[in-house]
Amino acid sequence: MKVKYFAWVRERVGKSEETIEPPPSVRTVDELIGWLAKRGETYAHAFETPRVIRAAIDHAHVKPDASIAGAREIAFFPPMTGG
Amino acid sequence: MTADVTIRIQQADFDIAREIAALTRGRTDIGAVVSFSGICRGSEGSETIAALTLEHYPGMAEAEIARHAETAMSRWPLNGLTVIHRVGRIAPGENIVLVLTASQHRQAAFAAAEFLMDYLKANAPFWKREESAVGTAWVDARGHDDDAAARWTKS
Repeated sequence: MKVKYFAWVRERVGKSEETIEPPPSVRTVDELIGWLAKRGETYAHAFETPRVIRAAIDHAHVKPDASIAGAREIAFFPPMTGG
Repeated sequence: MTADVTIRIQQADFDIAREIAALTRGRTDIGAVVSFSGICRGSEGSETIAALTLEHYPGMAEAEIARHAETAMSRWPLNGLTVIHRVGRIAPGENIVLVLTASQHRQAAFAAAEFLMDYLKANAPFWKREESAVGTAWVDARGHDDDAAARWTKS
């Protein structure tokens, strides 16, 4: 699946998008955050406070317990500050 | 009743008068247009802001605004609405966002414009970074923006 990062999550990870293949044991958004956080220092820094990270699956907001099954694109970003 | 919905995300500035004219052109059923524009401030508290840079999530930003537009159309009798959100670097005094709502009567237009802005601030995937004399920093989300959006939720 494709993963995208925005704002300070993107800066901390050091890339705006990538393709990942998490193991089948990673089933939800918060499990994916936990898995990503173990990929290295930059990821650990980006995801050090999971409760402030917002997520979207295929362009729609989702909660941390949402299933990632069938997702084409998952995005992680901080709370929004537009308008 | 037909309703015109215009949603644009762009780097360029917008002309409010031109957008209102485009929304109302050739129509005699519109009795009220409410216009809200968000403008870049030159200071935040005691800090002087040199500029804002707006980042967005292409695709989702348009989809999220369209979802809010549909909700507004279903809740109020609107003849049309326009949402334009700028991205990129924006200097103090420049426009950031425009919301126009058109209806037969003012109440629906006022309410729908406020609803759209509250939802945009809390849910549309845009992020502001401030440039000031001490460097650049991402703007923190404000809890009261979430509260403002939540008050529109039907209990």
